[in-house]
Amino acid sequence: MSASAKSWALHLGLIAVLFAAQFGLPSYHATNVSRIMVLAVFAMGYNIAFGYTGLLSLGHALFFAAGMYGMGLPIWTLSWAPIPALIAGLVAGGALAGLVGLLALRTAGVSFMIVTLMFAQAGYLTLLYLNTHTGGDEGFVVDSAARVIAGFDLSTDAPRYMAALILFATAMLICLWLVRSPFGRVMVAMRENEQRSRMLGYNPFRVKLTALVISGLYAGIAGAAYGMLFGYVGATFATIQYSILPMLYVLLGGAGTVIGPFLGALLMFYLIDITSGYTTAYLFVVGAALVVLVLFAPKGILGTIRERGLKWLP
Amino acid sequence: MLRVEGLSAGYGDITILRDLSFQAASGQVTCIMGRNGAGKSTLMKALMCLVPASTGTIALNWQTVQNLPAHQVPLSGIAYVPQGRRLFGPMTVAENIEVGLLARKKGPKTRDFVLDLFPRLRERLDQVSSTLSGGEQQMLAIARALCLEPEVLLLDEPTEGLQPSMIKLIRDTVLTLRDNGMATIIVEQRVDAVLRMSDRVCFIAHGRIEADVATAELGPDSSLFRQFVGV
Repeated sequence: MSASAKSWALHLGLIAVLFAAQFGLPSYHATNVSRIMVLAVFAMGYNIAFGYTGLLSLGHALFFAAGMYGMGLPIWTLSWAPIPALIAGLVAGGALAGLVGLLALRTAGVSFMIVTLMFAQAGYLTLLYLNTHTGGDEGFVVDSAARVIAGFDLSTDAPRYMAALILFATAMLICLWLVRSPFGRVMVAMRENEQRSRMLGYNPFRVKLTALVISGLYAGIAGAAYGMLFGYVGATFATIQYSILPMLYVLLGGAGTVIGPFLGALLMFYLIDITSGYTTAYLFVVGAALVVLVLFAPKGILGTIRERGLKWLP
Repeated sequence: MLRVEGLSAGYGDITILRDLSFQAASGQVTCIMGRNGAGKSTLMKALMCLVPASTGTIALNWQTVQNLPAHQVPLSGIAYVPQGRRLFGPMTVAENIEVGLLARKKGPKTRDFVLDLFPRLRERLDQVSSTLSGGEQQMLAIARALCLEPEVLLLDEPTEGLQPSMIKLIRDTVLTLRDNGMATIIVEQRVDAVLRMSDRVCFIAHGRIEADVATAELGPDSSLFRQFVGV
């Protein structure tokens, strides 16, 4: 079997497993997996910027929140239908990523990290400051009447799971296509050696900005879907925690691998879920797990597996 | 033809190249020789606009390039293989070549041309480039640069650290490219390699071309080698 066929089989197999899982999972875990799939889309977007292009951002919460508010505000204030609202969320994430990128990409490395963090913090404070329009710290609930698409009520388990799966599958297959496309190769080239890429005729600013916008589109649709599926839009999702989470998912699962963000989100979500049932110091356990990861698998789980055998893993 | 006239360039306030002039004609191999710190690598970087020129002209076929953004220089027809090769390590040979081809939207014809030049790379298309031998990495670095179909090829110490069979292969490739009409500029320290593959030798010292000599006029014991290279 060729590397390409193996790769398609693996990714389509994962989608098939997730599709089948909904029929066996209890309601609690079905909701968890729905949440994980949406967060994995967010992390996939982060992976495009960080894992494939080498852009270590601490501002992705801004793009996630932009998607969430871009979807929620038109429904809350203008009574938009769900599909146009989701599209508005997608566009908001990408557009904001483009705007931030235009300024932040004039820096690199640690400076880029700090500038993106500052933008995200400014976005968070803006949401709080404009509380009469955004709901401030409390946020707002997305009206359940606006969470019905083609007769499917997304506030109920089965349609929510399917909607999350459709989003996840679409995002993953697009990501797979992207990283195998010529532009995907250029992103990796940029990550590996920006100077050398420039000497082959690539404009680093343009490549990185494009990657950041694509990443923002992923974060935007993930934020919009999260608000739509779970019925709540709030400023909490613009805090730094939501910039760090996708980074941890990607690092745990494997930066620069297509499935890595999903695996990282799945493991991290359940690690927190299980340990928080035993102790209030669950973040200590998470920290210890990350230390072990850095020591024994610094390229993440799938990154290490790829390095040690499955070279075809995209 | 690449024409450099009165070029001065450096890093910040430090001027490395001073009023430097030379030409590299199509179908000729021009070697740049000089001691460490003479300005050889800085000259290569200045030709690629990686080091800003404060004065002077760099012209490719009468089109000035010195004011271009660095990423546009390769698109204008000048390709550069830096010292140390700098491949995209985790990528395979095929992917490295693909990245080279994409920049100027070149297709299978160019790919076949470079793989015909380096048949060994054709055998290793699926191999991760960081696992290639030093000589193979140098071949790949040159092949990737040739994917741009440049008119001028800049090679910075291409034979450094290579075994004799690889040096011969690189030399033969340079001569093939010369026969195809390419202008090649090589920074080289090995006298034997210079004598075997170059048409002209430019000796550089203190940021200036101090002597520009046809290779035919030089022998292995030429005083110019002792004066400017110390061998």
